[in-house]
Amino acid sequence: MANDNVIEAVGLTKRFGTFTAVDHISFSVGRGEIFGFLGANGAGKTTAMRMLCGLSRPTEGGAIVAGCNIVSQPEGVKRNIGYMSQRFSLYEDLSVKENIRLFAGIYRVKEREIAPRTETVLKRLGIYDERDTQVKRLPLGWKQKLAFSVAIFHEPKIVFLDEPTGGVDPVARRQFWEMIYEAVERGITVFVTTHYMDEAEYCDRVSIMVDGRIGALDTPGNLKWLYGAETMDEVFFRIARGAKRGE
Amino acid sequence: MAKHSTGKKRDGVRGSQARTFAAFVRKEFLHVVRDKRTMLIVLAMPVVQVALFGFALSTEIRNVNVAVLAPHYDETVRRIVERMDASDYFTVTSILHSDSDVDRAFQGGTADMVMAFGGGFDDVYTVEGTDIQLIADATNTNTATATVMYASGIIADCLSEGSPQERATGVQPEIRMLYNPQMKSSYSFVPGVMGLIIILICAMMTSVSIVREKETGTMELLLVSPMKPMMIIISKMMPYLVLSFIDFLIITLLSVTLLDVPMQGSFGVLCLLALLYITAALSLGLLISTRVESQMAAMLVSGMVLMVPSMFFSGMMFPVESMPLFFQWLSKMLPPTWFIIGVKKLMIEGLPAVYVAKEIAILTAMAAVLIAASLKNFKHRLK
Repeated sequence: MANDNVIEAVGLTKRFGTFTAVDHISFSVGRGEIFGFLGANGAGKTTAMRMLCGLSRPTEGGAIVAGCNIVSQPEGVKRNIGYMSQRFSLYEDLSVKENIRLFAGIYRVKEREIAPRTETVLKRLGIYDERDTQVKRLPLGWKQKLAFSVAIFHEPKIVFLDEPTGGVDPVARRQFWEMIYEAVERGITVFVTTHYMDEAEYCDRVSIMVDGRIGALDTPGNLKWLYGAETMDEVFFRIARGAKRGE
Repeated sequence: MAKHSTGKKRDGVRGSQARTFAAFVRKEFLHVVRDKRTMLIVLAMPVVQVALFGFALSTEIRNVNVAVLAPHYDETVRRIVERMDASDYFTVTSILHSDSDVDRAFQGGTADMVMAFGGGFDDVYTVEGTDIQLIADATNTNTATATVMYASGIIADCLSEGSPQERATGVQPEIRMLYNPQMKSSYSFVPGVMGLIIILICAMMTSVSIVREKETGTMELLLVSPMKPMMIIISKMMPYLVLSFIDFLIITLLSVTLLDVPMQGSFGVLCLLALLYITAALSLGLLISTRVESQMAAMLVSGMVLMVPSMFFSGMMFPVESMPLFFQWLSKMLPPTWFIIGVKKLMIEGLPAVYVAKEIAILTAMAAVLIAASLKNFKHRLK
C-alpha cells in the first residue's frame, strides 16, 4: 500500500466461452496521471475498462481501483470513480440542471453543496443561461463538456473516459482536453480510451492493446523513440500491423 | 456514546440512500411526463376504450328484422307479433305466406329471424309437436343465439299472460339472469378492459423503457454508478405503477358513472386486487426487458406473447369453460384471468372480500414468483 497507484491490475483476464477478450494484462496507473488506453476495435479495450469499473467480473486475475478490489468490492469502486462515454452520458430529455441534479443524487453529493457547485460548473462552462434547456438542444461539443463535468461532479478519484471526443471538431477537442488538464490539477486521475492519435500525444503514458494483450506501454516520447517514428500514428500503425502478422 | 454515534451514522446512510432513490424516481417521472405523446395515449386510452365498448361496440343485439309466417293469424299470434315489434330488439318487417318465402326472406336479407307459427305447415321447418318455431340465420352464431334467446323470452312472457289453457299447453321455463338482469354487455367488458390496459401499460411500457436505456447505453451509466441494480429497476417501475393505477381509477369512475356498472363490493379490496395485478404485470415487463435487446423486440414480445393470450384466454372475450383443456390450463396461468374474475365478483356480483380471497392469494403468489424470477434474471444478465 506504500505506492501511490490508483489502478493496479494484475493478470486481468476475461474469457467469453473459448474467446479470450482480455488476456492476462498487468499495469499500474499513478495518482494524477493521464493514462491513454489505445487499441484497434475489438482489441479488448472496452472489456478491460468494464472490468476496471466493476461492471464485469474478470475470469482470472484482478485489480485494485481507487483502493478497492474490483472482484470483492465493486460497490466501493463504483463510488470512487466517474464514468463518461461519447455515445451516452446524459439524458437528452432532461434539462442541463436536471441531469446534474440526477447524477449528484446518484453519487450522493451533499444536498447543500449541489446548488452552489452546479452554479460554479455551469458558469465555468459558460452555459449558465442554458441551465433549463433540454440537453438534446445543445450542440455536441457542449454536451461532451457538460458530460465530463457531470462525471467529475462528485470529485471521484479516477474518471474513466470511453472515447469521449468522438465526432467533434479539433477546436472542441482541444477545449475538452483543457478541461481534462484542469481535472488532473485537482488530483483526479484520468483513464481515457481514444481513436485519435493526436490525443494520445496529450497523455502522460499510453498503453496500446493488441488482441487482448498490451502490445506496448510507455510515454508517447519513449514509444516514438523506440519505434523510430515521428508521430504516435506511426507507432500505433506498426504495433497494430505487427499483431496481424502474428495471427 | 459509541452506540449513539453509530446509530446516527446508519441513519445518515439510509437517508442518503432514500435521496438517491428519490432523485432517480424523479428522473423516471420526468421521462414519462416529457413524452407528451405517450402521456396522451396512456390517459386517453381508458376513456376511448370505455366509450367504445360502452356505446359503440356491444354484444347486445338490436333492431333484428323478423318475418312472421302464420297460416292462421289468430289472437295469440297477433299478441306475440305485437309484443315482438314493440321491443327494442325486434322489428317485424314482413308477414310471409308460404314456406318458400322463408328461404327468400333470408336470402334477400329482409329477415334475420323467422317466426313460424304452427298449424297448416308440416314440412322441413317444423318439428313435430312444436307450435312456434324460431328460425335464425346462424352465420353469426353469437348473434343467432342471443336473438333466439331474446325472442323465446318475449314469447314465454306473452304466453304466460294468456288464458289458462294456453299456459297448459307446455311447460314454460322460467329464466332469471342473475347479477345482470338486463344482460348489459358493459358489465362484462369493464373488467376485461381494465385487465388489458393495465397489462399494456405495465408490461409493454416498462419493458420498452428499460430496453430503451439498454439501447441508448444509458443503462451502462447507471450500472457503473453506486446505485443498486434493484433500485434502478424499482424506480423505473414507479411511473408506470402510478399511471396504470390512475387508468384503473378512470375506468372505474367512468364505468360506474356513465355505464351504470354497479360498484357493490368493497372499493378498497378492488384497489388491492388492482395493485397486486399491476405488480405482477410490471414484473412481466421486467422479465421481458431482460430477455430482449431492442425496443422493437420488447414491443413485439409483449404484444404477441402477453397481449394476445391475455385477450383470448383470460375470459375477457371468450368463455374459458368452453375451451379445450390445454387452453383452460393456459388461462389459469395468466394473471389477467384471476384479476378479471376478482373484479367481476367485487363490482358486479357485489360479493364481500372473503370471496375474492382465492384470487388475491393467487395474484400475490404470481406477483411474488414473477418478481423473484425477473430480479434473478436481471442480476444474472449483468454478470
